[in-house]
Amino acid sequence: MAEITQIRTAAETGLAALFERLKGGLPGDVAVREAALSGFATMGLPHRRVEEFKYTDLRALMRDAAHPAEAPSPDETTKAFAEAKAFAEIDAARLTFVNGHRAPHSSELPAGIEVVTMPDAMASGHPLLGFLNAVAIARGNPIYDLNTAFLADGVVIRVPAGLAVERPIHLRFLAAASAPFSTATRILVIVEEGASLTLLESHEGRDGVAYQPNDVIEFVVGDRAKVAHLRLNAEGSESLALSTVTAKLGAEVVFNSLNVVVGGAASRHQVFATFAGEGTNARIDGANMLKGRQHSDATLVVDHAVPHCTSREMFKSVLDDSSVGVFQGKIIVRPYAQKTDGAMKSNALLLGEGATMNNKPELEIFADDVVCGHGATCGALDADLLFYLKSRGLPQALAQSLLIQAFLGEAVESVEHEGARESLIGVIEGWLAARG
Amino acid sequence: MIEIKNLVVQIEDNRILNGLDLKVADGEVAAIMGPNGSGKSTLSYVIAGKEDYEVLDGEVLLDGENILEMDAAERAAAGVFLAFQYPLEIPGVGTMTFLKAALNAQRKARGEEPLSTPELIKRVNAAGEVLEIKRDFLKRALNVGFSGGEKKRMEILQMALLEPRFCILDETDSGLDIDALRIVSDGVNKLRDPGRSFLVITHYQRLLNHIVPDTVHVMSAGRIVKSGGKELALELEANGYADYRQLAAE
Amino acid sequence: MPAVQDTIDRVKLIDVDQYKYGFETEIEMEKPAIGLTEDTVRYISDRKNEPAWLLEWRLDAYKRWLTMREPDWSRVDYPGIKYDEIYYYAAPKANAGPMSLDDIDPEILKTYEKLGIPLREVEALEGVQTRSNIAVDAVFDSVSVATTFKAELAKAGVLFMPISEAVHEHPELVQKYLGSVVPATDNFFATLNSAVFSDGSFVYIPPGVRCPMELSTYFRINERNTGQFERTLIIADKGSYVSYLEGCTAPRRDENQLHAAVVELVTLDDAEIKYSTVQNWFPGDAEGKGGIYNFVTKRGDCRGKNSIITWTQVETGSAITWKYPSCILRGDGSRGEFYSIAISNGKQQVDSGTKMIHLGKNTTSRVISKGIAAGRSDNTYRGLISAHRRATNARNFTNCDSLLIGDQCGAHTVPYLESNNASAVFEHEATTSKISDDQKFYCMQRGLGEEEAVALIVNGFVKDVLQQLPMEFAVEAQKLISISLEGSVG
Repeated sequence: MAEITQIRTAAETGLAALFERLKGGLPGDVAVREAALSGFATMGLPHRRVEEFKYTDLRALMRDAAHPAEAPSPDETTKAFAEAKAFAEIDAARLTFVNGHRAPHSSELPAGIEVVTMPDAMASGHPLLGFLNAVAIARGNPIYDLNTAFLADGVVIRVPAGLAVERPIHLRFLAAASAPFSTATRILVIVEEGASLTLLESHEGRDGVAYQPNDVIEFVVGDRAKVAHLRLNAEGSESLALSTVTAKLGAEVVFNSLNVVVGGAASRHQVFATFAGEGTNARIDGANMLKGRQHSDATLVVDHAVPHCTSREMFKSVLDDSSVGVFQGKIIVRPYAQKTDGAMKSNALLLGEGATMNNKPELEIFADDVVCGHGATCGALDADLLFYLKSRGLPQALAQSLLIQAFLGEAVESVEHEGARESLIGVIEGWLAARG
Repeated sequence: MIEIKNLVVQIEDNRILNGLDLKVADGEVAAIMGPNGSGKSTLSYVIAGKEDYEVLDGEVLLDGENILEMDAAERAAAGVFLAFQYPLEIPGVGTMTFLKAALNAQRKARGEEPLSTPELIKRVNAAGEVLEIKRDFLKRALNVGFSGGEKKRMEILQMALLEPRFCILDETDSGLDIDALRIVSDGVNKLRDPGRSFLVITHYQRLLNHIVPDTVHVMSAGRIVKSGGKELALELEANGYADYRQLAAE
Repeated sequence: MPAVQDTIDRVKLIDVDQYKYGFETEIEMEKPAIGLTEDTVRYISDRKNEPAWLLEWRLDAYKRWLTMREPDWSRVDYPGIKYDEIYYYAAPKANAGPMSLDDIDPEILKTYEKLGIPLREVEALEGVQTRSNIAVDAVFDSVSVATTFKAELAKAGVLFMPISEAVHEHPELVQKYLGSVVPATDNFFATLNSAVFSDGSFVYIPPGVRCPMELSTYFRINERNTGQFERTLIIADKGSYVSYLEGCTAPRRDENQLHAAVVELVTLDDAEIKYSTVQNWFPGDAEGKGGIYNFVTKRGDCRGKNSIITWTQVETGSAITWKYPSCILRGDGSRGEFYSIAISNGKQQVDSGTKMIHLGKNTTSRVISKGIAAGRSDNTYRGLISAHRRATNARNFTNCDSLLIGDQCGAHTVPYLESNNASAVFEHEATTSKISDDQKFYCMQRGLGEEEAVALIVNGFVKDVLQQLPMEFAVEAQKLISISLEGSVG
């Protein structure tokens, strides 16, 4: 039951005012934006008394509503390109966003792929936009709705039926401004029947700037298509990073989505996946490496609406210092979704004395012929394993690193693209090396 | 080589070792036998540097230097090796990765250059052959999915590779069938050397038919209560430990 | 396998009617005006001749309750309780508290006989060979009608009496501990209970005493349109031990009745309380008509070091079950355990689980929950495990398994695991599955009927928890499980 709350925080007042000011200039149908914001108008930003935000109080985390950034100057763009490191060694077709604005792209896109910019698509009422908001369980989510209301840039990518794209597409999000700003980007990826795609997505930003990205990527995957989505959050140290992945999966699809988090002062990554066809196999993984006072939330809902699908979720959190990890995972098995096989795992390693892990793995099951389970653990590094390694001559720090790496490795080892896997292992090694 | 003087150890207020004295000379193979609960495994853990134990008194000298102040890794680099009774499984850590990390950490601690990967593989394969360890085992995560016997052979492989000066074998025979016992014992015997000593901890005499000790010590209630030659093991086999429980109580 | 044969035999003994405790007793009752006002609270307090402090406590709770809202976060759905259409107190006439058995209305004695509850001290639980005696406190609607073995218990120094009596005989203990675990302001239903609680059991085990027999309270709702609001308070002083059993039944009726109880347990240093419940309130009929709304707050406070509280529950009844027996692990080295079997059939709704709050160092907890959903029911496990900053080396192990029988029901798991201490280790695992066709076929091929096969397999599924119950209760519980699942297959 909705409790009516007065809009009262600076961020809430700011967001409402910002919307009034901007809405006339944003592309597309303003009524859609207003409808998306109606929940916000009555509820405000979600806070800890809202069950889904119990452990990530957005009202407390978002102190001010940052203004969207102006389009960056060519100099700024050039500099940002030069500083971008994520997945840089991988041969990929790159689409880059600087401060939430699409930059002129330099690399050739794979042949056969259709790309339309989101503002153009919205202005012209492009038919592919019919695939937006395809996942029902994401609708009404406050972060997703805010993105819909403020959506300013993005692209629509269509991989036509049967096309196997060998070279990955790399979506690069770079935050280059030195003053606070917000973004609202939306990527719509339509992978048609029998096609395949590897999509890399990276987010990098400057430390010390309190920027607020809100990015959404929506997958609509046709029958027998194959998608690998690898996302890296290396946002700046003061950013509040909100992100959402939605996926509507056809029959006999193979869908993998992995999110690796090392950046952001606070981040929340949401995944909403719906099985719309039988025989599909989805794997949703995450690896969080946090230190200092970082806060990272992984929230996912996997909706088994049809029979004979398999889902695997594995989330690994390594929490140093006073960092806070949150995992909220829910597997829903609808009536008639018989023969569902779902398994969800969240494991946390608490390295720092002040670290906190909040785990909420949920099962919601309405069909009887299913095999579903979840496991959650949290604790320090196993003392016996540490001793074993040390007894073989490994110094404490090295023994710890080896065990942490093995712990995190489970989440990245399923990455098929070798370069991307190496790259993510490099991120893990880099994080461990910085830890000292 | 190693000299233990008046070692008194407790864990969570339970006294396990009660003034234990023991000497093992260079090149000597010493066996410790004793009933369950006499403190044999505790002794091996304390020498190797497990942190759960509180050392109340005594010294453990390796070539005259007290190692009790060192952490487990420093002791390993100094040449102490413990073959675990229950070797641990470490999911996600590849066996080769582990062997390389361990060997090079020890070399580094001793001021030696790291070993190249081809050289390492050569040495591992050589040791593996002696111990009849299949090569594809080396590709798996350490000890994960290994049988009891395979784990024990992997322990001996590590011993061969790391070339320690003082080796402790904690109930290495437990869970081994007769063939595995022979392979493991052969592996150990090949490593016998005037510069290397062994402390073989066992409950049964059968291991000592394969690894023939120079000296046998009987442990009871946290102390060495009798020492002798290899014939002492046979006597124990025949008469059991009952007399020694009595001795310890006095 | 003799154990299996034993189960089969027991399954064969199952009665045909599903809820065999659904009869009604005709008896003249004394009640205040319907609904809840300050006068109702004064009436209850006055009937029990309570001291002024307790009346004040009740009135404070009542005022607080008026400002509170019924919680809506659980996964249960009901039309809303009309609090002004309930009688908040009902006592058999001419009853001013427990008396000798000869003075009790013979109808009540007959009721307990039919229920298989031994009020005469020589009797034992129906059909079961008891090894030891069990002391019983029998609560009929709002009052305690009899307490057995009081004299024998007194010899050991154990106090076991209705709480209304304890208020007069041991006011210092009641005043010290009442509301100290579940404060009067705790939650909507606990606050309501604090205002209008009628009776319940009081137990005090003195230091170093191992209670010489099992203690038990048997709750019976009989009167129409009446809520039952009992309050139980158990204190185990230093180094003491007690095992306490609770049983509940109610007549079959078309309307829903409210049961909002509060149970508070306190263990001091090295003390242990084992608290077992077999809850078999009327669950409503197959169409969901009638049945008890069971909104219960049960909490134990391991106040002393190395103390232990174990909750074991078998929940088969009630239209709605909303209950989370919890442990506050305050004392260093204390331990909390929760073992639960929750079965739902027909249109029952269960939202139950536990909270283990680790505050002290080296505290441990263990949670084993088995949920079985059949018919068109919904069965939710909801649990919280938390380790606070100070809870160094806290350990929890949780296992919650759900079993679905049929494709019209739902089984849900909602665990919360909050660790604020790096040295705390939590392990949680949950599974949901159905009875394997192969297992069922195997049993049926050996000659069992389908329902028997299901009962047999279910009994295997819940075995870990059944083993935690005192033997007499375990046998009862096993029968109950089979009965609850009748009509769930085919």
